[in-house]
Amino acid sequence: MVLDGLNYVKDRLDGTLSYRWSCRMGICGSCGMMVNGEPKLTCATFLADYAPGPVRVEPLRNFPVIRDLIVDLGDFMGKLVRVKPWIIRRSEKPLSEGEYLQTPEEMDEYKQFSMCINCMLCYAACPIYGLDPHFIGPAAIALAQRYNLDNRDEAADERMEILSEHDGIWGCTFVGECTRVCPKHVDPAGAIQRYKLQSALDWVKSVVMPRAGA
Amino acid sequence: MNHVSYTPYHPRWHRTRVSTYWWLWRRSYFLFILRELSSLSVAWVVVYVLALVVRVSQGEAAYRAFLDWSSRPSVLALNVLSLAFLVLHAVTWFNLAPQAMVVHFRHRRVPGALIAASNYAGLAAVTAIILALLFVQW
Repeated sequence: MVLDGLNYVKDRLDGTLSYRWSCRMGICGSCGMMVNGEPKLTCATFLADYAPGPVRVEPLRNFPVIRDLIVDLGDFMGKLVRVKPWIIRRSEKPLSEGEYLQTPEEMDEYKQFSMCINCMLCYAACPIYGLDPHFIGPAAIALAQRYNLDNRDEAADERMEILSEHDGIWGCTFVGECTRVCPKHVDPAGAIQRYKLQSALDWVKSVVMPRAGA
Repeated sequence: MNHVSYTPYHPRWHRTRVSTYWWLWRRSYFLFILRELSSLSVAWVVVYVLALVVRVSQGEAAYRAFLDWSSRPSVLALNVLSLAFLVLHAVTWFNLAPQAMVVHFRHRRVPGALIAASNYAGLAAVTAIILALLFVQW
């Protein structure tokens, strides 16, 4: 793995080399780097695929570099919180009424979007984010969809207010690279386009039936 | 540029600049820029068709003059190029449609290929109607 190569360099050649990694099994999302210009999880990228080399490893594109291969996560973390990625109820039902039930079909609606590991490869692949860092970005929008499509959640309207702003879904021009590089097959590009369609339909409804839902 | 707050003793982090030619070095980025550019062709075709309608309303001589102008090599080349861009625009649009549209039928999700296919079927139907209007003697 490319990560093993980096560990070799750190152990044997240059102890000052700095990079993030943890689980070595593609679930912690901390070892994302550019490998020969492609955003990759270095723990899931075979060195053999790049033989005989050389392999060029760079910090994730589109993020400020703190040191060596370590980028600043602050911007992404801030955006993640903005889309409220947690289940919101208008009113919680009392404990005595038991848990919120969900069928396998209802779970399948959002499961794909829940596979996101916040590795930020999609941000490194997104030219829109590179050109305009205010764009809220693929993973944050996919995670918003994960909660919107969850039948236990009731805050789709709140999230729509945040995401239909200029820096939200309409910043996306559907390059589609986020979906291609996603190691978990989340399809953020699909999530964003579904959001756009929903937003447009909401607008049409508000024009045709201005008093509905008021 | 970023929402990062620096303290007086905090180092300025390194930020690589995005090259003006970022879209040249990757096929998918290049295709994306071509697709964005194709909107110019769409605009041109709209203007062209509107001009044609205006000319038709001005009588036969004006219409003939418009046809002569249209058969100039430069205009012809522009229109052929526009057609190529329009096809790119339509094909990429149809192929992306399944990602944006999630349709349920009897509690089952309709497969993406079917959604794309129905888009192409719609295109074929509209094309057939237009061709019928043009070539069938009513």
